[in-house]
Amino acid sequence: MNLAIILQAGVATGTALLFATLGEILTERSGILNLGVEGMMLLGAMTSYAMSNKFGNPWIGILFGMLAAGLVSQVHAFITVTLQADQVVSGLSLNFLATGISLVLGEGLNSLVGVPLIPKFDIPLLSQIPFIGDVFFAGHSALVYVGYLMVPLAWYFINRTRPGMHLRAVGEYPSAVDAQGINVFGMRYFYIFVGGLLAGLGGAAISLAISPGFFAEKTTSGQGWIAVGLVIFAQWNPIRAAFGGYIFGALRRLVLDIQGPMLLLGFANPFYYNPYYGFFLKMLPYAFTVIVLIIGSREANRKRVGSPAALGLPYIRGQRGL
Amino acid sequence: MSESMTSNISPKGRFPFKLKIEPRLKSPSGWFSSMLSFLAVVLALLVGAGIIAAAGGEPWRAYAHIARSSFGSVGVFSDTMVKAIPLMLTGLACTVAFRMRLWNIGAEGQFFLGAWGASLVVLAPILPEETPQWIFIIVMSIVGIAMGAIYGFIPGFLKAKLNVNEIISTLMLNYIAVEWNNYFIYDKWSEGGFQMSKVFPRNAWLPRLADYAKEIPEFRGLTVHFGLVFAIIAAVVVWLILYKSQWGYEIRLIGDNPKAAEYAGIPIARNIILVMSLSGALAGLAGMSEITGVVHRLQGHISPGYGFTAIIIAWLAKLNPFAVLLVSVLFGALILAGREIQPSGVPTMIQGVIMVFLIASDFFMRYRIYFARRKEE
Repeated sequence: MNLAIILQAGVATGTALLFATLGEILTERSGILNLGVEGMMLLGAMTSYAMSNKFGNPWIGILFGMLAAGLVSQVHAFITVTLQADQVVSGLSLNFLATGISLVLGEGLNSLVGVPLIPKFDIPLLSQIPFIGDVFFAGHSALVYVGYLMVPLAWYFINRTRPGMHLRAVGEYPSAVDAQGINVFGMRYFYIFVGGLLAGLGGAAISLAISPGFFAEKTTSGQGWIAVGLVIFAQWNPIRAAFGGYIFGALRRLVLDIQGPMLLLGFANPFYYNPYYGFFLKMLPYAFTVIVLIIGSREANRKRVGSPAALGLPYIRGQRGL
Repeated sequence: MSESMTSNISPKGRFPFKLKIEPRLKSPSGWFSSMLSFLAVVLALLVGAGIIAAAGGEPWRAYAHIARSSFGSVGVFSDTMVKAIPLMLTGLACTVAFRMRLWNIGAEGQFFLGAWGASLVVLAPILPEETPQWIFIIVMSIVGIAMGAIYGFIPGFLKAKLNVNEIISTLMLNYIAVEWNNYFIYDKWSEGGFQMSKVFPRNAWLPRLADYAKEIPEFRGLTVHFGLVFAIIAAVVVWLILYKSQWGYEIRLIGDNPKAAEYAGIPIARNIILVMSLSGALAGLAGMSEITGVVHRLQGHISPGYGFTAIIIAWLAKLNPFAVLLVSVLFGALILAGREIQPSGVPTMIQGVIMVFLIASDFFMRYRIYFARRKEE
């Protein structure tokens, strides 16, 4: 057991968070706050696990998981974009809905055995680099590598392409985009769908790769909410989201590991003295989320970067304001 | 405005009527609003039936079972009320916060801390076991309320002083509260290695109707406890605060128009902290009444998500404290009967569908929809 192994597991764990965070960044960039990430991840995890079992192919499972989460996200899209309802309340209700559906349809899934999982492999050459190769390029499931590719792609898309510029404009100043002849409503439906797909992918990464299986609400255990918090910390920037995602992943693994704190922090895992102190360690990722939010909002204040200006506001044609 | 909101549902010129959607100039009557909510719930139950059927269940039998095993007799109705009491108090907690558009999603965690605070009185111990019952109840209420209030104060302070999003922070605190409780039931207060504390002494129990069965035989076996009185008093207090006090006026003004409130010189940061603390206090009282009225010991599964159901209750009750009491009874029935229904996720799912339809139905409060005769073009 050494540091590289713990960090390697942390990167794997962080991948699920990364997908969900990237999805929420894209959704929020279009001006829609979707608080249903936790529910959508759970639905993605449940569907992909069940479908992977049914078809005997994990990739088909992932596809179904993403589609299920994407479809359920359209409930939020209809309510917030077309019916112009409050995005916070709608997101919360989406969360209840998706969680409930996952629990009902996912009943009994935890007794399945031999469900096909995402394959793991080394990246040739890169995995030979000492330490870094072990942490980032060896023995990971395919989805982890997909995550590496997705971060720069998402950054490039948002900042350097024409549709990405439209996306940012929709979130900042929808009436100007509307005047340009771009369909604000359609754009928002689409990016809510993309956010759903990625949340579903995050869920699938949990149930088919990181910690295989479906254990009701414990499958995601609040990671969707952490992702929503990470978006604020990331200041709607995919690169920062990647940092946040992997750090949180490492933190989640760390608390499971007996020797981790000694290697990383220099003191023995309190779990070692009294197994019940582990409950305090389990609080860490959640407490850390709050701390990260404090850091994030202070920094945003200082650098004067804020959320997309139209975030949380319904776009109503012809109405004054944004 | 009205021009752009007009939409056609039929191809041009075929159908002599067209659907018109116009913003309402004045809000519709309370009667309309209640009917709308009722319709939303009915539709939600129909959709829920569809999902249950898709999962291989029998929806009508499930619904009939919910109705029978929660309203079928005085005895089961009493059990329904027992489930409704924590919902009433957490529902009121959400009502106060939501009225200021402060999204306290942490009623669940504040409930756990309230329960922990009440247990602290017995298990620390703060009071000896032979303390009279009324002193026990008063002290446990105070400690439970205080713990809930502190747990509401934290996200309130973070929001007011450091601009931390309260939705995320309250949610994170929920998970922390559960682990906090777990530590105490597994280690500190564990009884004989089981994951629960010892049973509280009789003096630390809230009185139940069944305790008076000697004097009034009809009360035999009725589990409704004194927490119901707490809930009713709390509803009156919340109503007085929100609608009859200057503070309530400030809360409502901030909720409706924070800019106007700021220009009027209302201290927003202070109100955020106070309202979050009040909200936490109510949820803490819910935890205290549940632990002393029903469970009588600290253990793991003291809440089937009361704090989350409370969000829906507050919304369905349109943030009216007295409506919260009534709506809580319905959801109490759902939770009580839901325990025996397979698959086990049915109550959560039904709550979600109800909430979705409820928020969608709000559209009809803001827009008028009617058929108009198509003019010759």
